[in-house]
Amino acid sequence: MELIGSIITLLGSIILFLGALGIVRMPDVYNRMQAGTKATTLGTILFLIGISLGHAECGCFGKIAILIIFVLATNPVSSNALARAAHATGIKLTDRSVKDDLESDEEMGEAI
Amino acid sequence: MKKAKSAIVGVVILFAVWVMLTDTSQQEMLLGGATALLIVFLFREKLAVLGDIKLNPKSLIYMFVYLFVFSWELLKSNIDVAFRVVSPRLPINPGIVKVRTTLKSPLGRAFLANSITLTPGTLTVEMKGEFFYIHWIDVTSDNIEDATKEIVSNFEKYLEIIFG
Repeated sequence: MELIGSIITLLGSIILFLGALGIVRMPDVYNRMQAGTKATTLGTILFLIGISLGHAECGCFGKIAILIIFVLATNPVSSNALARAAHATGIKLTDRSVKDDLESDEEMGEAI
Repeated sequence: MKKAKSAIVGVVILFAVWVMLTDTSQQEMLLGGATALLIVFLFREKLAVLGDIKLNPKSLIYMFVYLFVFSWELLKSNIDVAFRVVSPRLPINPGIVKVRTTLKSPLGRAFLANSITLTPGTLTVEMKGEFFYIHWIDVTSDNIEDATKEIVSNFEKYLEIIFG
């Protein structure tokens, strides 16, 4: 059981590492946020599950479940707020971007 | 009716959290939790948003199924991001697209926005009326209908039944 817990924790840390790598490699704030949000969510969840399996004697499954629900509920909300704030303050998308519907819609709204 | 339902759902959720957090082998803990819930019940107006959840067998089954659909998408999105990050060319084709949702309930829309953020290559940026603006790491379709079908529909069909 301890071995399984350790393996899951290791998987979680690999995902967290890839998320960190994504934050370094991505070209603009929105793409970085993509890597950041998803990787931290699953990474943290796997980490918590691994710990609860590795230390089964503490009987903390309930607490871990609450932590997981909390992470799932709050992580995307915070990244949504950050992305919205970034766009509202006029941070541009990378040059590789294809389109920006939100900006064109806002310009149209101002024109009217 | 709706108020009563939201109060009941809120109390059940809060009591479940209490039981998970504490040592339930002691009766004082359960009793203390129940007393605290009675006090919380005075503030039930604040729980009104929970009244959107539908409580019938079908929606409960869909909630259960949704949990698995969502977990699978979360796993897929992580593999997707990991693949993009480690490949040397950085294969991204990003942009912000507009999608339409038919969900009315605020709680359902919050769930939908969160789910979109945690699924492959998408991040909710802004919500305006019935439209969501979504940053998509790999834009494959140009118009609203196709993007909606690809990003939203998968979750919407479950959330529609759970929240109405």
